[in-house]
Amino acid sequence: MGFIKGAFNQIADPRLFFLLAVGALLLAVWKREAVASNAVGYGMLALLGVFFVFGTFDANFRLIVTKPDNVPIVGLIFLLLFFVWYSIREGVLNDRRIAAGNGPIEKAESDRVWVWPDLVYTELISLILCSVVLIVWSILLKAPLEQPANPANTPNPSKAPWYFLGLQEMLVYFDPWLAGVVLPGLIIVGLICIPYVDKNPKGNGYYTFTERKAEITIFLFGFAVLWASLIVLGTFLRGPNWNFFGPFEYWDIHKLAALTNVNLSEYVWVRGLRTSYPSLYLVRELPGIILVLFYVMALPVILAKSLFKGYFEKLGAPRYYVTAFLFLMMLSLPLKMLARWIFNLKYIVAIPEIFFNI
Amino acid sequence: MADTKTVAPKEGPATQFWNWLTETQVWTSVFRHDRPDTDRNRVLVMLSNVFLHLHPVRIRKSGVKLRYTWCMGGLSFFLFLSLTLTGLLLMFYYRPTLEYAYTDIVGLREHVPLGIMREMHRWGAHAMVITVWLHMFRVFMTGSYKPPREFNWSIGVIMLVLTLLLSFTGYLLPWDQLAIWAITVGSNMARATPFLGYEGPGAQLLRLGDVPLIHAADDARFALLGGTFVGEGALLRFYVLHCVGLPLGIAVLMAVHFWRVRKDGGISGPM
Ligand code: HEM
Repeated sequence: MGFIKGAFNQIADPRLFFLLAVGALLLAVWKREAVASNAVGYGMLALLGVFFVFGTFDANFRLIVTKPDNVPIVGLIFLLLFFVWYSIREGVLNDRRIAAGNGPIEKAESDRVWVWPDLVYTELISLILCSVVLIVWSILLKAPLEQPANPANTPNPSKAPWYFLGLQEMLVYFDPWLAGVVLPGLIIVGLICIPYVDKNPKGNGYYTFTERKAEITIFLFGFAVLWASLIVLGTFLRGPNWNFFGPFEYWDIHKLAALTNVNLSEYVWVRGLRTSYPSLYLVRELPGIILVLFYVMALPVILAKSLFKGYFEKLGAPRYYVTAFLFLMMLSLPLKMLARWIFNLKYIVAIPEIFFNI
Repeated sequence: MADTKTVAPKEGPATQFWNWLTETQVWTSVFRHDRPDTDRNRVLVMLSNVFLHLHPVRIRKSGVKLRYTWCMGGLSFFLFLSLTLTGLLLMFYYRPTLEYAYTDIVGLREHVPLGIMREMHRWGAHAMVITVWLHMFRVFMTGSYKPPREFNWSIGVIMLVLTLLLSFTGYLLPWDQLAIWAITVGSNMARATPFLGYEGPGAQLLRLGDVPLIHAADDARFALLGGTFVGEGALLRFYVLHCVGLPLGIAVLMAVHFWRVRKDGGISGPM
């Protein structure tokens, strides 16, 4: 028992957790033919169910999972796993039909049916089921109410509402102006841009994977790994002082995490050139600024001439640059994570004088 | 030759009652068509009812399948309606002031027999966030954002943001520790807005001589909270946004969204 729990506590470490999530996604996409079978899908859900049942015997696990506001997130984990699996499966089934020359199943179902009764009854039944679920849920689980608001007493940890915990998790790696303002803004802009930059005419109105490999993989990475799995991490695995705690670990307020993070400027001037910092902050941060400018301005151009040449030609310059910029912004989070984990890198550019830290 | 006699089937009292009911002046004034079991009446039922008229009369076979839509858009809409209803009931009991907010919630909890309105509202809100995400995910996976539905996807993204903001503003209203600290953590971000937050990059540059234009009492966070911390002003602002502003906004967008689903050719399918 103790051994299994210890193993889970290890796996849940943010680094491993994130890498495993990425690995699981890549595996699911690569081995999608195998993943499409019912045995894999329902097997995964069953395993997850076993894990939660097993977990509830543990006091620490129970404490965090049964917090009323966390219950929906447990539901979210199951629903998300199911629907990600299900949509990949439908895609694979359609791809097989297309390969056999039959066209997607939606094509075979092109003829029209009457909305009354075919649709209105489906809607009615969904509505009734949804109401029943909601009412039973409301009877069984009381809405939380804690002590009256007290501005003088800050709880530890202080957490944002659960759907923003992915953003709060980003605060570990980025300052608030990026994690709380710029990147969320770019998520919204990026989502709105999707239909306008995606010029692939295929896969419109039916499930498929092979016809939209890159689009689907990127979206799954953003939605399932960056957004959803970081919410799960922030909700269940972050405790006092936003320290990491395994699912079976006691939330000890006094747990210490070594803070040994180092800025890029220290790496360059102090450790690399063995001098003191230049007094002008623009000079001090020059290496970082060059790196960031390279990433944002030069890299898209270089990629357009090399790795992404095909995309550049297909999309045309405006669409390509918008896409490349948004894509690089999305990748900035995992890249910063890696830099933190491997080099203990704190800031690439650190100008606290004007609150400008990257 | 045997006699062929047609015998009218014997009508039970239920059928008799039904026949009588559907011929009364009241009934015929409400429903302008017979039961929708013929093609003609199936058209009429959709056209003569303003709510059903959101639908087309006929629809792709693939589009009515749970397999295709997961019914997630429909469930989002239904949850929104049920949240409107339960929210309305909650408004009868709740006063958004420092003095009453918390005690009103305690009252709802302690004094309303079998009360589950607060639960239905809270869990419904969580559920709606999840269904909207899954709806977006389904729309992506079926490629339904592609032409001609690009604009409806954009409307959807705005509604997603509004859904989150509705949930966020509602989170503050119980005025307990959970509420104010979650909102404090969330709204602290606004303080770091570039140029517009007083701890945001570039804000120092905006000054007239020695006088900073952006400071704690006029920056983006102040606009959000109506104060420099989560207090009375924030409670009122969040209440008004939560009960009036945001629901109105999302309702208008939903009307556009549904209209566009139909105008863009109904539920998507392969050409
Ligand atoms: C407030 C939340 C929302 C509600 C109530 C809503 C409702 C609906 C409904 C009832 C449909 C009909 C088909 C279906 O049920 O799947 C639909 C379709 C659609 N929705 Fe939404 N939606 C919402 C949010 C969104 C979001 C966040 C997006 C995308 C970012 C989106 C994009 C679309 C598109 C593109 C269609 C057309 C799909 C097709 O033709 O297959 N909607 N929506």
